[in-house]
Amino acid sequence: MSALFDVGQTVRIASREPGVHHRVPAYAKGQVGFIERICGQHGRPETLIRGDGQPFERLYRIRIPQTDLWPDYQGSDRDCLDIEVFEHWLEAVE
Amino acid sequence: MSHDDHGHDHHDHDHDLTFQPDHPEPESDDALLGMALRELLIEKGMYTVSEEQAVMATMQGASPENGAQIVARAWVDPDYKALLLADGGAAIAEFGHDLSPAEFTVLENTQTVHNVVVCTLCSCYPRALLGMSPAWYKSISYRSRVVREPRAVLAEFGVELSDEVEVRVHDSTAELRYMILPQRPPGTGGWSEERLAGLVTRNSLIGTHRDLMISQQLHE
Repeated sequence: MSALFDVGQTVRIASREPGVHHRVPAYAKGQVGFIERICGQHGRPETLIRGDGQPFERLYRIRIPQTDLWPDYQGSDRDCLDIEVFEHWLEAVE
Repeated sequence: MSHDDHGHDHHDHDHDLTFQPDHPEPESDDALLGMALRELLIEKGMYTVSEEQAVMATMQGASPENGAQIVARAWVDPDYKALLLADGGAAIAEFGHDLSPAEFTVLENTQTVHNVVVCTLCSCYPRALLGMSPAWYKSISYRSRVVREPRAVLAEFGVELSDEVEVRVHDSTAELRYMILPQRPPGTGGWSEERLAGLVTRNSLIGTHRDLMISQQLHE
């Protein structure tokens, strides 16, 4: 299956609490970043935790500026955080 | 030495200092559940005790020297370095390592970029290449602080960075496993791979050490 998002595209990480293992840390939910790279397809954490993880899903690395994550961030404006997020947790930002 | 030879008349050691308690019996429900599950899996033939021992031996046999060898190869061979950065899994297969289905990913430090790795959700770590992770890597303190104040945490490890250097924190949240490619130390022109590998520290492969020195040892 081809990737829904392109490298460099701006995306938002969904802000929801599925009540099951999902591997999106709270600090990243609702944050906006860009696709740093497109990774392979892997089992969805939500279904992998109690089964086979099907359907496998595209994984991405999202780059978020540190000054967006933490309003009181101490450091360079260029400092960033990269995080791996599955496709069904990403929304396109116009 | 038989018990009679022990010479209890002239003790040369103090039992208060040499006594070591045995591993405690598991008490928590989780620990008991884990033991029961393991025994059931073996009883049902899902895997054998010898298979389990083989996996544990592989894990315990792994050390940061594995990662150091790969770094040294990348320092001396530009084609290998390009492969390592583009497809880490293929590059480490040349050394007989395999982290699949996890995607092995190498990030390069430069004069203007410093990378550091964390797993905020648990303690993901490329054990086959770095050995067992250090206690601090698994600590709540490191995991919670390095994402929001990486420069302060790095300074505590002795890595002081000016604002000219961009800090990139990599949170290992899903299926990737990371290793940092540190910069080759100056003054090492013409060195063999083996000698170069001896300069690579474990922490430099995680990102909590930056400037490798000629006098450095692998295990800090």
